[in-house]
Amino acid sequence: MAEIAVNIAGIKMNNPVMVASGTFGSGKDYEDFVRLADIGAIIAKSVTIKPREGNPPPRICETPSGMLNTIGLQNPGIDVFLKEDLPYLAKLKTPVIINIAGESIDEYSQLAKKLNGVPGISGIEVNISCPNVKQGGMQFGIDPKMAAEVIGAVKKATKLPIIAKLSPNVTDIKLIAKAAESAGADAISAINTVLGMAIDINSRRPRLSMAVGGLSGPAIKPIAVRMVHEIYKTVKVPVIGIGGIMNADDAIEFILAGASAVQVGTGNFVNPRSAVDIAEGISKYLTANRFVSIKDIIGQIKA
Amino acid sequence: MKHLEIAKVLENNKIAPEHYRITLAAPKISREALPGQFIMAKCSDATDPLLRRPVSFNRIDREKGTIDILFKVVGKGTRLLSEIEPGEDIDIIGPLGNGFKIDASRQIAVLAGGGAGIAPLLALAKEIAPKIKARYALIGANNINNVILEDDFKELGFEMVISTDDGTYGKKGLLTTVMLEIIGSKIEAANSFIYACGPRPMIKELESISTQYKIPCQLSLEEWMACGIGACNGCTVKTKKGYKKVCSDGPIFNAGELLWQR
Repeated sequence: MAEIAVNIAGIKMNNPVMVASGTFGSGKDYEDFVRLADIGAIIAKSVTIKPREGNPPPRICETPSGMLNTIGLQNPGIDVFLKEDLPYLAKLKTPVIINIAGESIDEYSQLAKKLNGVPGISGIEVNISCPNVKQGGMQFGIDPKMAAEVIGAVKKATKLPIIAKLSPNVTDIKLIAKAAESAGADAISAINTVLGMAIDINSRRPRLSMAVGGLSGPAIKPIAVRMVHEIYKTVKVPVIGIGGIMNADDAIEFILAGASAVQVGTGNFVNPRSAVDIAEGISKYLTANRFVSIKDIIGQIKA
Repeated sequence: MKHLEIAKVLENNKIAPEHYRITLAAPKISREALPGQFIMAKCSDATDPLLRRPVSFNRIDREKGTIDILFKVVGKGTRLLSEIEPGEDIDIIGPLGNGFKIDASRQIAVLAGGGAGIAPLLALAKEIAPKIKARYALIGANNINNVILEDDFKELGFEMVISTDDGTYGKKGLLTTVMLEIIGSKIEAANSFIYACGPRPMIKELESISTQYKIPCQLSLEEWMACGIGACNGCTVKTKKGYKKVCSDGPIFNAGELLWQR
């Protein structure tokens, strides 16, 4: 059997397939379908300092090979999260990564401080790419200076490994990736959702309450593969590929583009066992192609 | 517990224009299914349509290990589901959400279904029949062709009150108008309970009728869903206690707890 265990920024995982923030709740919803210990890592839904009720409905709509969402970071706030959701996650044998989102640099810093030293947490993913909130979110991820300030502040506030989750809604993602790395990011995850819009031609209204939302699913995969490849060529830290991964073939494409690990998001909705099925598929691919380890194919696209 | 089951299609019958009833062999889901709960069905192996479609239980046969789903074709996903043939498989997860809760202290049950919304109420009717003495089924449809399940409810001893928008069958008018008529004549509000499913305007109107006449009422809501299991926060509705998820906090809500935003 080929080796598929990975170590991303000091976080040891049995396999390179994680579940993306916001698509897996806090894990419990999926326990009937899958042994959570078989997942590479669980990235919990984004937490903020204060509770957020989220955006009004309709929050989602399906588009060709994809979906738009405007959930708006609905969450009970970090204090309630730590008290009510974390204990379940902390008991799992799977590494747990907490995704944080702030409205200001100070909030990111406070969030990181609150997580520092809490048992059961393996790392922090810094969400500087949510398109669905008025303040903060993506605005920190579209400017290299701001991105560096947020990552630098989080780095100062915690000893945990930091993953910077980048937005694709930028002219040059390489600049943001470089800035995040220089500021201390231990890994880069990309991409978050792509800004999109859909209109109901009968009511002549936008199909989402906030008009614009984030596109995810297979529709965005080629954009994500391209960006992961660009980031891979730009930074030295590991890249985590995200964007429309539905099966092992998709995941392998990202790994060939330069990803050391991947996250499954929308795919969890279609197949709640996705992450585990994909990990198995990667292992089979490596064995069938006589590779000893996943490391043998990271970034190995032929010219 | 929720299950992922590859269910064999035993029958697929078109029972009205655009309305299909599919019988599935799904022993694990059937054993635990409750009226008002639903499944998420995968419509194809392709990526378009991408997401599973929520469909409620129309009949549950725990002994045979089967479930019936009944739905109206409204788009690409339901179109593909309608084309499935006996012998083929459907990938489903369920049972999902919470079922209706029968209140036996009120011995008049009024089941109100608008359009394909009548479908889940048949599964409920079967459980209500041995428990509740006076049973009414209100079916509202746009015209005679879309009045479905009348005989099924009759067999369970329900008194039928049918209405159509164009008057081609039963009373002419809306289900909610008919509801007001029977509250004034046939049924005693203090001993009644309404169980309803249907289009949003009907649900809103029934909620205000419920409040006005002090008849408790459980409403089954429909919303676009991505995960169906409570993970994505995509299918929320506003309630007096903040946003609730239709998939895992619902799909059954009590009249009086909802705050309508659209």
